[in-house]
Amino acid sequence: MKISPEQVQKVGELARLQLSVDETAALAEQLSRLVEHFEQLDELDTAAVEPTSHVLPLGCPERPDVTVASLARELVLSQAPLHEDGYFVVPKIID
Amino acid sequence: MTMAMTMAKTMAKTMAKTMAKTPWEVVIGLEVHVQLATQTKLFCGCSTQFGAPPNTNVCAVCSGQPGVLPVLNAQAITFALKLGLATGGTIRRRSRFARKNYFYPDLPKGYQISQYDEPLVEGGAVEIWYEGQPRSIGLTRIHLEEDAGKNVHLATGAASLVDLNRAGVPLIEVVSEPALRAPEEAAEYMRTLRGIVRALGICDGNLEQGSLRCDANISLRPWGQQALGTKVEVKNINSFRFVQKALEYEIERQGGLLTRGQTIQQETRQWNAEGGRTESMRSKEEAHDYRYFPEPDLPPVMIEEGLIDAVRAALPELPLQRRQRLMEQDGLSEYDATELTRESELTDYYSRAVAAGALPKRVANWMLTELLSRVTDARDVAQAPVAPAGLAELLGLLESGKVSGKLAKEIWAKMWDSGRTALQIATEGGLFQQSDSGAIEQAVRAVVDAHPDRVADYRAGKTKLMGWFVGQVMQATQGKANPQLVNTLLTQLLDG
Repeated sequence: MKISPEQVQKVGELARLQLSVDETAALAEQLSRLVEHFEQLDELDTAAVEPTSHVLPLGCPERPDVTVASLARELVLSQAPLHEDGYFVVPKIID
Repeated sequence: MTMAMTMAKTMAKTMAKTMAKTPWEVVIGLEVHVQLATQTKLFCGCSTQFGAPPNTNVCAVCSGQPGVLPVLNAQAITFALKLGLATGGTIRRRSRFARKNYFYPDLPKGYQISQYDEPLVEGGAVEIWYEGQPRSIGLTRIHLEEDAGKNVHLATGAASLVDLNRAGVPLIEVVSEPALRAPEEAAEYMRTLRGIVRALGICDGNLEQGSLRCDANISLRPWGQQALGTKVEVKNINSFRFVQKALEYEIERQGGLLTRGQTIQQETRQWNAEGGRTESMRSKEEAHDYRYFPEPDLPPVMIEEGLIDAVRAALPELPLQRRQRLMEQDGLSEYDATELTRESELTDYYSRAVAAGALPKRVANWMLTELLSRVTDARDVAQAPVAPAGLAELLGLLESGKVSGKLAKEIWAKMWDSGRTALQIATEGGLFQQSDSGAIEQAVRAVVDAHPDRVADYRAGKTKLMGWFVGQVMQATQGKANPQLVNTLLTQLLDG
């Protein structure tokens, strides 16, 4: 399957990536080769094989509903470029 | 007339009423987000406490720091199972979390952990009571997901503020089939769902704190058409009244467009409460492409048969079952039973008063008038200064004729303010009704003897004067005489 430059642009936008025309063309070429590589699997009959989302034979580990101390607010806020009055400050959100 | 015939007639009437109003059939489906009443978040041990100072219930997991792993809260699973089983849904023995990818400042990871193609619960239904009829509203699914943080938009300035306390709080999303046909019905569905999750103890039901939020999908189609019309989604509505108003507005708006031969644009809108209208959300118009994929950090959730059995065995009585019981066992009217089962606290208060010996109908009447007029929120009756047993005692005095209805209200007011019992207040205040016929007869004779002219008028045919005589006797006894006894004695004396 061919991945078109338009598809690369769309995925790029969704991921908030700015791609030049050259980068778009190069990525379309590389992604196409990747997808073709996986398409080899189509040669096998996998009708009886369950899709694998996890390789370990594990159930989902659970924890009891007991409160654990959160981080100090200063530490949390220090991870962001801007904060004020205990809040993170971000560029104005327009709905 | 058979039950089926009555129902068919009512339905025909309802349809005629709706059709007369509009040429369009309304199709509504609701997605209700229910905030689970767990102590901690869905994937970390941070507190879910509402109203904490901003960003104080935040850790490396819920703020999306690199390298952390989510660990599932077992209680959230149990809570979701409770609703799934209470609504008769099918529990998936193997369910899976998925990543929903999008960028927004309140979503620190850049994705929300939700469920996609393998939700915890599929199917089931919410039984509602609408326009005097039972209706079963089918559910598509119930799934678990984490909430996003909260954005604070400043009226001035170029910045917005973000509080991540709510980020990661567990929600269940309850998705209905497009089975609702009117705004009032949608509001009643949401009200009923709130009653169920409160009865199950899985959600506090505080609408003003956003514990139930709803997205409403609505479309119109010509009567008789099978295919659904183009739907519009109205986002993030947090009250029953707003759900109804937003949907009513959409019916007008979409009906107007269709009648003028225009088409409906598929879009996301929001309810503007001040303006009383829905508005297009332009920022959400770019086609949604969430690129869901299985959450690699969480293995599939396997639900054991034993857990399902244990949760099912512990399910409490639901509001609609309570309502039925109150009507069948206690002989309450449909209205009384409906009102008394709107909040668990009301049903509990009622049941305890009846258990203390009061007559069901009397308890219902008293609660729906005298008790509810004294609280701002029906849930507050759990902390009422007069306990159910106290009300039962008062109603006992009323029932046995020891106090009159009027005095009972006075005693009730004093009980409420002082915390003392009805018997104490009635004894100390000398408020017992006189049912001693000797004493009342004296008072009756005194009134008759003092007004020979009126007695003559009465005997001459002005029988309306009876009311005046009763009033005089009641006044003379400070309202304590048993009115029935006064009536009987007066009649004997005047007519005899």
